[in-house]
Amino acid sequence: MNFLDTIWLIPLFPLFGAAVMLLAGKKLDPQTRSAGHGHAHGTPAGKLFISIFCPGMVLLSFLWSAAAVMQLAALPEKVHQVIQHTWVAGLPFQMAGGTLGRFSADWGFLLDPLSSVMILVVTGVGFLIHVYSIGYMGHEGGYYRFFGYLNLFVFFMLMLVLANNYLLLFVGWEGVGLCSYLLIGFYFHKKSAGDAANKAFIVNRIGDAGFILGMLLMFSLFGSVRFLDVNQSLAGMRPEVGFGVLSLMALLLFIGATGKSAQFPLYVWLPDAMEGPTPVSALIHAATMVTAGVYMVARSQALFRLTPETSLAVAVVGAFTAILAASIALVQNDIKRVLAYSTVSQLGYMFMACGVGAYWVAIFHLYTHAFFKALLFLASGSVIHALSGEQDMRRMGGLKDKIPVTYRTMLVGALAISGIPGLAGFFSKDEILWQVYSSPWGSPALWAVGLVTAAMTAFYMWRLMYMTFYGEPRVAPEAAHHIHESPRSMTLPLTVLAAGSALAGWIGVPKLWSVFPDSFRLFEHWLEPAVPSVAAHGVAGHAAHAVEWLLMLLSVGVALGGIWLARRFYLQQPELPERVAQASGGLYTALTRKWYVDDAYQALFVNGLAKGGGSAMAAFDSRIVDGGVNGAGWMTRLGSQLSIWWDTWIVDGSVRLLSFAVKMASFPARVLQTGLVQSYALVFVLGLLAWLGYYLSR
Amino acid sequence: MFHPITTVHYLVLSAALLAIGVIGVLARRNIVIILMSIELILNAVNINLIAFSHYFRQVSGQIFAIFVITVAVAEAAVGLGILIALFRNKQTVLADEINLLKW
Repeated sequence: MNFLDTIWLIPLFPLFGAAVMLLAGKKLDPQTRSAGHGHAHGTPAGKLFISIFCPGMVLLSFLWSAAAVMQLAALPEKVHQVIQHTWVAGLPFQMAGGTLGRFSADWGFLLDPLSSVMILVVTGVGFLIHVYSIGYMGHEGGYYRFFGYLNLFVFFMLMLVLANNYLLLFVGWEGVGLCSYLLIGFYFHKKSAGDAANKAFIVNRIGDAGFILGMLLMFSLFGSVRFLDVNQSLAGMRPEVGFGVLSLMALLLFIGATGKSAQFPLYVWLPDAMEGPTPVSALIHAATMVTAGVYMVARSQALFRLTPETSLAVAVVGAFTAILAASIALVQNDIKRVLAYSTVSQLGYMFMACGVGAYWVAIFHLYTHAFFKALLFLASGSVIHALSGEQDMRRMGGLKDKIPVTYRTMLVGALAISGIPGLAGFFSKDEILWQVYSSPWGSPALWAVGLVTAAMTAFYMWRLMYMTFYGEPRVAPEAAHHIHESPRSMTLPLTVLAAGSALAGWIGVPKLWSVFPDSFRLFEHWLEPAVPSVAAHGVAGHAAHAVEWLLMLLSVGVALGGIWLARRFYLQQPELPERVAQASGGLYTALTRKWYVDDAYQALFVNGLAKGGGSAMAAFDSRIVDGGVNGAGWMTRLGSQLSIWWDTWIVDGSVRLLSFAVKMASFPARVLQTGLVQSYALVFVLGLLAWLGYYLSR
Repeated sequence: MFHPITTVHYLVLSAALLAIGVIGVLARRNIVIILMSIELILNAVNINLIAFSHYFRQVSGQIFAIFVITVAVAEAAVGLGILIALFRNKQTVLADEINLLKW
């Protein structure tokens, strides 16, 4: 069977699932209240159907993807494009060069090493999280709605990563944004959830504006947005010196990525997105959707490798976001918010790697991060589930023996993200740090930022572990007496993901470890030809090898140091954090207030631009617009007053003057006309006599 | 002893009547008197016509006088009618109180 030509079916399975759920789900699960924490019980059969059908659709996609990827690996050129339908056809427009281009976009799919990694991550992790949701969401209202949205999300995410052009990618991009909005606001009766959903949607719009502008610029330059066409157009170009049109295009696309992938300055929505159910945080806000920006930058590597200026900006923004988010995560008390800031920080790492031109390393970290961060989120969800909804780590502690499976799996995840050798996070993070140090576009300063972030990462993860699982139980009494381990449907995905977090990195061991055969570097061999790095792997020679060993030891050292520090602070001397917080003064407050970024945005954009702008608009409206209208009215009145004056005194005046003159002139004649008949008769007689007198005297 | 009545006497009588009539028309206030004065003027004319008719031995003057009498009757009828209509509107028959015929 030819799976390569039917890759368009991969997104359609979850779409079918979503359609069934959202159109007929209410019938299957009729007694479910649309949303609520109460224990709602649908018909068992309907619920069972949903629990099998929706994860099943994603599993089908996963199997189909795996088969397609295997067939792709057998192809010599490792690229397969399926154009199903030309979606926007043949609108002519004038390109930047002056020639006439024909606008077109396909309903087309592209499977290459990059998208094959993405579809396997999306469907694989997505399937596990679907299974987990069966247990986690089982007692929640809106069961069918949740699975409908989740399947819809998987559909859009697969459209995003399988699209063969930027416009179709953008369709998926907006679709996952929509699903993110719907799922963050899943508990829509909670105002904070609705606000968080709006925040995510609105902040993403800012980035999307950049993406659209970048895409339009691409249209006008190359006349196509198909990845293969754009890459072909770019292939003949030389790297841009200074900041030119290509740099602008890359920067605009990167602005789109900062919105979706929660990079500074648009990262603020992601921590708030934790209002959604925990499986959503794991799937959308850790493993898949937020990595779409990284995927897009890696997909545009042909463009970014020609634009060193923009790539520098990408690296700097990534590094800054990494350390900023990690520092905020140090003091958060909400278990999910720690993980959210951790996600922002890890995404910063990925962009750092993209910025120094090590695209396959960014995707490698994306891939390992998907395992351990999904694991951490799901495990934290299991903790929250065990404690009946408690999320504050200050009211946890000592859970190690009560929920052993959750503890053990989360331990693997925490070790992996801290960068302990042998686990997935170590390989990808170490490779990023080495590339940042050694790439021609990298620098020791960026590496230092990455190293400090790694230390912070180890510290806050182990702070989380110690506060949650070790020490004295601080659990509220009403939650304490029904702490329970989660059902199998939740622990099974945890176990699988823990295995992934432990082992996934072994397909990308460093070149340095030359004792391992080449098959342990499968990931690099698979991706490097598709998204080649700016530099080959570092500088050759023994000196470089010594440096690489040294850096690797350093990064492991800071990770262990972070863990040791967390152990001292939160296990051995629990009074120490308080003392340090007091000693540090303003710094601690700044950290708890998240460096005042949210406050600044609130003041600047919400109160300043939106509300202040609103009142400025109102003032403009009442003063300028209304004032203009009123002024025009006043002017008209003044004009009419003048006109009245002119009419009365000049026009009427002249007429009246004329009539007055006539009246005056007629005065003698008027005196004669008395109106008395006899006086007229007298005049006749006198006239007659005068005539007679004249006649007789002649 | 008695002088025969000649044409001149008639003419003097006619002139006297005319003068009386004209003065009456011009000087009296009551419109009834004015109408009567107009009758005097017309009759002065009649006497004048008949005097000359007799003097020239021609009958046409007398015929003309009869016409004048006829017209005078009609004139009197119309004049009195107007007078009554006027009185109904103005409650007066004094000519100097009726001065609408002006600017």
